[in-house]
Amino acid sequence: MTTLTPVLSEHWDEKDSFTIKGYKRHGGYAAAAKALAMEPDAVIQLVKDSGLRGRGGAGFPTGMKWGFIPQGDNKDHYLVVNADESEPGTCKDMPLLLANPHVLIEGVIIASYAIRAKKAFIYVRGEVTHVVRRLNQAIEDAYKAGYLGKNIFGTGVEVDLVLHVGAGAYICGEETALLDSLEGFRGQPRLRPPFPAIAGLYARPTVVNNVESISSVPAIVARGAEWFSSMGTEKSKGMTLYSLSGHVVRPGQFEAPLGITLRELLDMSGGVREGHQLKFWTPGGSSTPIFTADHLDTPLDYEGVAAAGSMLGTKALQIFDETTCVVRAVLRWSEFYKHESCGKCTPCREGTWWLVQLLRDLENGKGTAADLDKLLDLCENILGRAFCALGDGATSPITSSIKYFRDEYIAHITNGGCPFDPHAATLFASAKAGA
Amino acid sequence: MAFTDKNIETMDSIIARYPRPRSAIMPLLHYVQSIDGFVTAEGIELVAKKLDLSTAEVTAVSTFYTQYKSKPVGEYHVGVCTNTLCAVMGGDAIFAALKEHLDIENDGVTADGKVSLEHLECNAACDYAPVVMANWEFYDNQTVQSAIALVDGARAGNPPAPTRGPNVLPTWKENSAVLAGLNDGHAHEGVQAGAPTLLGLEISKVKG
Repeated sequence: MTTLTPVLSEHWDEKDSFTIKGYKRHGGYAAAAKALAMEPDAVIQLVKDSGLRGRGGAGFPTGMKWGFIPQGDNKDHYLVVNADESEPGTCKDMPLLLANPHVLIEGVIIASYAIRAKKAFIYVRGEVTHVVRRLNQAIEDAYKAGYLGKNIFGTGVEVDLVLHVGAGAYICGEETALLDSLEGFRGQPRLRPPFPAIAGLYARPTVVNNVESISSVPAIVARGAEWFSSMGTEKSKGMTLYSLSGHVVRPGQFEAPLGITLRELLDMSGGVREGHQLKFWTPGGSSTPIFTADHLDTPLDYEGVAAAGSMLGTKALQIFDETTCVVRAVLRWSEFYKHESCGKCTPCREGTWWLVQLLRDLENGKGTAADLDKLLDLCENILGRAFCALGDGATSPITSSIKYFRDEYIAHITNGGCPFDPHAATLFASAKAGA
Repeated sequence: MAFTDKNIETMDSIIARYPRPRSAIMPLLHYVQSIDGFVTAEGIELVAKKLDLSTAEVTAVSTFYTQYKSKPVGEYHVGVCTNTLCAVMGGDAIFAALKEHLDIENDGVTADGKVSLEHLECNAACDYAPVVMANWEFYDNQTVQSAIALVDGARAGNPPAPTRGPNVLPTWKENSAVLAGLNDGHAHEGVQAGAPTLLGLEISKVKG
């Protein structure tokens, strides 16, 4: 049985956890002081040795990303934190920032120092005003304390941190679209190469890291690479935040070593809501192929989930029980991808449009068996052919749901409509549900 | 509305945050909404002038992002998450009930200008589903009844407080200023975390 390992979340239950005072009570900003007394390359090596991998979905080794930044090139370097958390089901970074924005700021100081960046940005999604407020105040307080600015801890190290607030575009979570957005353009992805490490923000060497990745760095500096890599599995080291949502008794955040299983998380939190059974779930947001009850014991690390045919993604575990129509669920996700497609490339812009039309027909009982083949054919033509991962992500729920629930799609055709009662799936199924 | 000298000063301070002025376009558009309530033609002209861009270039950006509104929204802009998880858990029922109750459609505004309604994509609070946002503040674990109480309160000028947010729900314009990066002094208000955020920590403490 895996035990939980609260590190990032360790003091979230203290009422002032988000203040500089609350953070310093437990050694906050001591790791930054320690890192600034090291050589920058030693900090990069430490993060490499820890085995930390990107927590934003792709799982790329964080230390290696930092190591790609060319040194001695006499160019400005930038650190950009991706706080544009918008992947459906993903809900870890926003509560983290609400409860403790200072851990991110401390991570920013360390990471900026390591990659020799004097300017850092946090790109936070715009639809979360209180998170913006907390971040803004925390940055102000860190400046006042001398932890940000021209002469951090009196060491002569300079890090300026700017909070940049988005305006409602999922695509800006894609790192190159984020950079275009931060430069003041429509948020559309760039062709790679060149990668951001060579030509990122303002065409300068740039590291883009997720909130949770950067927030994990202070603990690694404070407690050591060995401590961090003692948690997790062979290639997926450390602890991470798993977000459980949907038809469960108690949804919430669980900080555990990589490799914990959904069965373990459900066992400790009370399981699927009473009187119901698990039908399907996402391991890491809507862009990761769905799983079923057959995958309850799949280790939730990068390799384990990939071997079972999906992706760890953002560890957003959305749980749906047997009252949920899989076609309705997939249609809604497809509408999301269609809405959020930035329009830059044809396979995604046109393809997501067609996916929605076909799925709408199927959900409403107007589809045919040929439509199912057409859906799969369309997915084949989008996957790997779109400019960025949004197009790929749009195909994941469709192909995986047809793989596991083809009969349910067929039932919509033979039944002439959706056989499910949407009211039965709501949380307030026993109360009056209104219109 | 005409922009004052003080507004221009604030815009200059926003531009000064960035190595290159054009990067300030997004906070400036949030700031325009904090004064005019939406992205007005005057606002676009001013942003273009400040950043040495054409109005077409500014408009291209403002129309790309859904939080920038091309027409007025309510003093309280209410969004209901209808992405899959929230929709299934009750978001669809809440959105339908609010449309009927307010007698407006998606993107509609009530005749008194108090409340506007929009269906949202995932707002990163899935463990609090179904989620409703008002002026981009969290209203967690909503029901049809609580959502109706929210909009009724808003129309009466007395909306309930957000679940995880400031003590009093700010107006659309007030919160647009926060999104422009201005500090309204309310950061210390509200809980540090809701119960679902603390669930894993709580379980690990019980188990020791």
